[in-house]
Amino acid sequence: MALQSLDIERRSATTTQPPDQRQALKLAKLIDISKCIGCKACQSACMEWNDLRDTVGVNTGTYDNPRDLTENSWTVMKFFEVEPEGKLEWLIRKDGCMHCADPGCLKACPAPGAIVQYSNGIVDFHEENCIGCGYCVAGCPFNVPRISKKDSKAYKCTLCSDRVAVGLEPACIKTCPTGALVFGSKEDMIDHASERIADLKERGYQKAGLYDPPGVGGTHVMYVLQHADQPELYGLPKEPKISPLVSFWKGAAKPVALIALGLAALGTFFHYLKVGPNEVEEDEKKEGK
Amino acid sequence: MSETDRIQRYEPSDRVNHWLVAITFVLLALSGLALFHPSMFFLTNLFGGGPWTRILHPFIGLVMFFAFLTFALRFWRYNVIDEKDEQWLKQWQDIVNKREDKVPEVGRYNAGQKVLFWVMVACLALLLLTGIVMWRPYFAPAFNITVIRIAVVLHAISAFVLILGIIVHIYAAIWVKGSVRAMTRGYVTRNWARKHHSAWYKEVTSGK
Repeated sequence: MALQSLDIERRSATTTQPPDQRQALKLAKLIDISKCIGCKACQSACMEWNDLRDTVGVNTGTYDNPRDLTENSWTVMKFFEVEPEGKLEWLIRKDGCMHCADPGCLKACPAPGAIVQYSNGIVDFHEENCIGCGYCVAGCPFNVPRISKKDSKAYKCTLCSDRVAVGLEPACIKTCPTGALVFGSKEDMIDHASERIADLKERGYQKAGLYDPPGVGGTHVMYVLQHADQPELYGLPKEPKISPLVSFWKGAAKPVALIALGLAALGTFFHYLKVGPNEVEEDEKKEGK
Repeated sequence: MSETDRIQRYEPSDRVNHWLVAITFVLLALSGLALFHPSMFFLTNLFGGGPWTRILHPFIGLVMFFAFLTFALRFWRYNVIDEKDEQWLKQWQDIVNKREDKVPEVGRYNAGQKVLFWVMVACLALLLLTGIVMWRPYFAPAFNITVIRIAVVLHAISAFVLILGIIVHIYAAIWVKGSVRAMTRGYVTRNWARKHHSAWYKEVTSGK
């Protein structure tokens, strides 16, 4: 998306506020896993709109194809055969970027403007600024960014920021035949989710709930889960948050280290001013001692 | 200064080795800081932009590691820390206030130089290992994400300690007049040796 946007809440490796004058409505994609039939229409729509073609992979004995997210597959259906309450369930989750309110990728990124967060909540990669260091991979709590083997740039779901910017819904939403995917304001999506959760509870899914993890400030891609108490059943982290290692590395360590190095250099200079150079004195020039 | 007043301290190959380490260190510190803090990102311009900085840094790192390894193998035996060094370190206030006459006789290297030597050995080893773990596109994909996160933090910490150590090292060379010449021309004066490294002076002049 264009760099001249006026609604950028956060910009990677930037210590001042980027242009944020225009405020947009907070948006969200809601994925209702109980309605998903695993048809992969969203996967195809993503490929088509973004004009990406993954290489033909190998069958790994599951319906997952490709097996995992790649630089060319920004969303992938993942199939889980589980027995949470003694009976077999086939859970199908559309995997992809969660568009965290507190994005670990953006926090870790050292390249100014390679990752931005719009005020509508979309976290977008600007590959022209990407340097290919892979820090976003270390920063992401959901294992989403992929570094291209072709150009060493990071890629992931853009939440169709180009479509959303002109008032269209993301391609995956447009194509979903069952209504498992819906898109709108985050507020509306939470309301819609609560209706769905009430319905699921009536149908016997007592632990149904919304996956909008507070550890990353909430996400702009949310799930309705039949078993919200066990997100691991769906391959989701239970309490995702930016790793403390990354928070330290890209938080306190940055200013503290830089100030400490500056003070050390300044300290040596002041030491010189105070005690002067350590020279060999004239009177020591006698032979022997 | 007459020729007889000179004492050889570093052979030409020692000096080339030292400056190879020094030059690669400067390049690594600049390119590393560029990716460490946004305020330093402009330094990527010195290396041809962000992607080039990311590409070059690890290769320069390998050159520094092996240059330093050669250097360390030449000099480690002069840097073994003994009891006299502990006394020297205890009297650090005498050192920084130019009261060197109050501390025990110093051999080829003083305790401060020895400590810096071992700090560099530890930092370079850590930087190499963690650097390989983070190195994209070649090695990072092979490592577990937690290992990579630990590596990036340790890489930053050891680089910080190393840069801090080198600031002190460079300052000490500027402060103690006659030291830079030892590493550029290779020799020191008799008086310099007698004042700063008297035990070494006695050792190299005995029998002459």
